[in-house]
Amino acid sequence: MTAKNYEKLVKEASPKSAVVLNSAKAFLVGGAICAVAQVLYSRIEAMGFSREDTGIMVAGILIVTAILLTALRIYDKIAKFAGAGTIVPITGFANSIAAPAIEHKNEGLVLGVGAKMFAIAGPVIVYGTVTSVIVGLIYYFVR
Amino acid sequence: MVKKMDIFWAFVIGGAICVLGQLLIDLTKLTPARVLVFFVVAGCVLGGLGVYERLVDFAGAGATVPLPGFGNLLARGVKEAVDERGLIGVLTGGFTAMAGGVTIAVVFGYFSALVSSPGMKE
Repeated sequence: MTAKNYEKLVKEASPKSAVVLNSAKAFLVGGAICAVAQVLYSRIEAMGFSREDTGIMVAGILIVTAILLTALRIYDKIAKFAGAGTIVPITGFANSIAAPAIEHKNEGLVLGVGAKMFAIAGPVIVYGTVTSVIVGLIYYFVR
Repeated sequence: MVKKMDIFWAFVIGGAICVLGQLLIDLTKLTPARVLVFFVVAGCVLGGLGVYERLVDFAGAGATVPLPGFGNLLARGVKEAVDERGLIGVLTGGFTAMAGGVTIAVVFGYFSALVSSPGMKE
């Protein structure tokens, strides 16, 4: 049997149900986080805050909650169940900052906490910033 | 007033974006970090084109809370800054838009590392 055939056999035999199940869990948990955020958003905006400030406050509440749950080792447990459902929302971004900061604390406050904090958030900020500059430049010339 | 349909669509669209991320992780060789980078870039590009804002109008937090919403926030920020300040806005818009969220995450992440001890994993 050639390697290619073998790969094909493995692909056919591996259960598609795992992918479906993972997606269902991601949908439920990710959707639930967004639904909670929507309730917060409506309540806070109703207090008379601007759209922009409301957005920052909702993001802040989600981020602080996610970091607390990360420090209490609860976020990881939810993430094991929910996969992308807890990675893709802004709470996952917060977790990606807090978790390595805590885990690498022994390597020091500068190169441990300070540097490892950005292991995942760093690339997100780098590519986000570069894209935003390209978008801004194009917008400047075509607007 | 909290409208029930707003919550419903936030749930459905937010969940759907997470499913897209899960499928990218399960079906391609993309690691979660790469999926996050991809989402932010995609959100920023769609935001630049003005497409993502329509999804935000429709799905609210379902569009702003997942990472493409972060990218869209950068695009919105840079466009507003260019309107106000011209070319200087190209440099300041993205960072200004993400300042609040990133600062909260960095400050609380830092103090959470100070007060909790590593290696308590099971």
